[in-house]
Amino acid sequence: MTDPAIELKGISKSFGPVQANKDISIRVMPGTIHGIIGENGAGKSTLMSILYGFYKADSGEIWIDGSETQIPDSQAAIAAGIGMVFQHFKLVENFTVLENVILGAEDSGLLKPSLTRARKALLDLAQEYGLNVDPDARIDEIGVGMQQRVEILKALYREAQILILDEPTGVLTPAEADQLFRILHRLREEGKTIILITHKLREIMEATDQVSVMRRGEMVATRTTSQTNPEELAELMVGRKVLLRVDKVPAQPGAKILEIKGLRVRDDKGVERVKGIDLNVRAGEILGIAGVAGNGQSELMEVLGGMRAGSGEVLLNGQPLELIGANGRAIRDKGIAHVPEDRQREGLIMDFHAWENVAFGYHHDEKYSRGLLMDNAALRADTEAKIEKFGIRPPNGWLSAKNFSGGNQQKIVVAREIERNPDLLLVGQPTRGVDIGAIEFIHKQIVALRDAGKAVLLVSVELEEIFSLSDRIAVMFDGHIMGERLPDRTDEKELGLLMAGVAGEAA
Amino acid sequence: MDKMPRWADVVLIPLISILLAAVLSALVILAIGENPIAALKLMVQGSLGSTYGWGYTLYYATSFMFTGLAVAVAYHARMFNIGGEGQAMVGGLGVALVLLFIPFPHWTLALVVAIAAAALFGAAWAAIPAYLQAARGSHVVITTIMFNFIAAAFLNYMLVNTLRPQGAMDPATERFSPNVHLPTLHEMLVPFGINFSKAAPANFSLVVAIIACVLVWVLIWRTKLGYEIRAYGHSESGALYAGISPFKIIMIAMLISGALAGCMAINNVMGEAERLVLNATENAGFIGIAVALMGRNHPFGVFLAAILFGFLYQGGAELALWTSIPRELITVIQALVILFTGALDNMVRMPLEKLFLAMRRRGA
Repeated sequence: MTDPAIELKGISKSFGPVQANKDISIRVMPGTIHGIIGENGAGKSTLMSILYGFYKADSGEIWIDGSETQIPDSQAAIAAGIGMVFQHFKLVENFTVLENVILGAEDSGLLKPSLTRARKALLDLAQEYGLNVDPDARIDEIGVGMQQRVEILKALYREAQILILDEPTGVLTPAEADQLFRILHRLREEGKTIILITHKLREIMEATDQVSVMRRGEMVATRTTSQTNPEELAELMVGRKVLLRVDKVPAQPGAKILEIKGLRVRDDKGVERVKGIDLNVRAGEILGIAGVAGNGQSELMEVLGGMRAGSGEVLLNGQPLELIGANGRAIRDKGIAHVPEDRQREGLIMDFHAWENVAFGYHHDEKYSRGLLMDNAALRADTEAKIEKFGIRPPNGWLSAKNFSGGNQQKIVVAREIERNPDLLLVGQPTRGVDIGAIEFIHKQIVALRDAGKAVLLVSVELEEIFSLSDRIAVMFDGHIMGERLPDRTDEKELGLLMAGVAGEAA
Repeated sequence: MDKMPRWADVVLIPLISILLAAVLSALVILAIGENPIAALKLMVQGSLGSTYGWGYTLYYATSFMFTGLAVAVAYHARMFNIGGEGQAMVGGLGVALVLLFIPFPHWTLALVVAIAAAALFGAAWAAIPAYLQAARGSHVVITTIMFNFIAAAFLNYMLVNTLRPQGAMDPATERFSPNVHLPTLHEMLVPFGINFSKAAPANFSLVVAIIACVLVWVLIWRTKLGYEIRAYGHSESGALYAGISPFKIIMIAMLISGALAGCMAINNVMGEAERLVLNATENAGFIGIAVALMGRNHPFGVFLAAILFGFLYQGGAELALWTSIPRELITVIQALVILFTGALDNMVRMPLEKLFLAMRRRGA
């Protein structure tokens, strides 16, 4: 029997009192795609960082191709034939593809020989694996899917035999993701070993041969992918049975709550990101906006949330909304609540206690203040109530927001915004980086708000989420609405085309 | 979960840092051929050994409290106001103008008006850098330090050309009226039967400074404005989300900061000199940065750090007076304290955090 390409034996790693990895053992056979799945904070990234030499394990051994190997730093990892494709690409934007590929792997002080050698190597790699990229294109001129290929090429150029991909599809359209999987399969056929880290069950089922499940720092199970199913994996990840689909009754749309006509928005650099869109959301319905990240959804939400100026017409309950000089406070007073896309930079102040965050944005409210002073006692009492009602763990309002898990942070934000009982709820990426258990809960809360006759505008890059929550789906591409669809009359393929900017028949 | 108990963060780390600075200072004193133990004795004796020494220590500490608070308030809004020196100078001008030109019947009334004038002038001097930051994005670190030079030149002009009494050689204003004399610590403590040194300059401003500490604490941790200032300081995008105007917060935080720095003038101008002299601030504006740094931008920390720096200032003056240790060495010692408590904070913090974690794990 052949030796495993990678074998980890009893890896443990603690950060202070938090044990991120507990006695983890895993065998990855050569020429396979091995998935590692787990919720945020389960310890996947820590484990891979140990393998790539970013962290040193407290105890345990790493065996590569049957011999024990020390990996003190990433140089050693590269020397051992390990390549890593990070979730956030590490590319120099104003360098060409070729320059990025040789960066850090130059042969000598002079660039010319390296560039010549790399150009030839890239051509060979392109032929071997179907990884076609223009070597002279600048990184900021090519799409995200291409940039990811460059990352893979970088690893292959350094003669990686083992490729680790961390959440590789987060920024890709469904079609780009399919392409990526085709490349991975090709790499496997050529004998490479691939570790795919993800939290998406669908990708595990589609792409992997073996799958290992992590939960709270432990490796709880390894399965052969063809002999398991999403339900079992989800249960292993969470530790209890979970509902993967949201139960909801058909929507009963009422009056128009939000009307958007010809809205245009520019980003901080002055680039127009929303290019004249029309939308409306009715009471009692959830309008989901699908699209690949960076196609204007964020700017749309920021305008409606009072964080950014725009031009055009927006009506809330028939009343025009100021698009210039509006601010979050005025927006909230009008009955709009906002669960922002980035809870760590926007929705919460990470260094504030949970109880201070409970009033964030509503701190002028009579409920939370007495004259010029904050009513801290009221804040704390309110926090206790929300912890109880929303099952926020650990149930301690004195902890700083940063000490809660992603899911519980999001629960704090959702609790704050939904409890306002707004006419319109803006929700951006409600479950990004949120564990499955909390996703289920947050989805239920959003649907409950809809059932109470409120309007919900949802932006998500997760198609699954769009499908399970939305009563209507609008697809955004390059600042335009490409079309509207009903979830039961469309499929991922059609939406994927729209998301890639291929216009379907008129909406 | 925090890595260390709070008391370790607030008390232990500064103490260790001071200790390290003291050890290094001792080595420096040894190196120039003096006895560090004798020097320390002299410093303690000179600054804490008599009511005279205490009087000076507390006088300096009063000034440092105001300028330290000024830096701390701005810091909570993530502004680094290093213009305390200039703001305190201009605050002094405000105090001098009202005390020279308004005939006050009693010092209490004079004090209230002087505080208002000091705060107003100090805030006004901070307002321009604040506006440039808020509206144009010009960094306050650059602008406030430039405004220190402008303030010095401006004051020089005012004292030499406008406020100097006719015939006087000294670039200083006339003495203020005896009516506006602030009670010294001696005068304040006599009713209690305590005989505090008559010669020491500590005065009623100390009480004002302590009240300012309490008010700043209330402002930062109890008011809506403080909440907004802290929120903005932690995350600008978060503030934007919550409908907190960055422009408003930058302006208000800097104005409060400038006002606090300006208020230092009631100590040195109204309380001590009783006239406005050239270079009245004596670098207290800059010491305020170190005080805030060491006090972790908490009003109580600022209070303690101000007293420590008061001790260093007064002890240093004594050293220069009685030994051949040059006055510059005191600056070296102060710099070491700043270096260890500020810049090298992590050097003490990291091993200590590890130690506490190890202890906790063994305990758990």
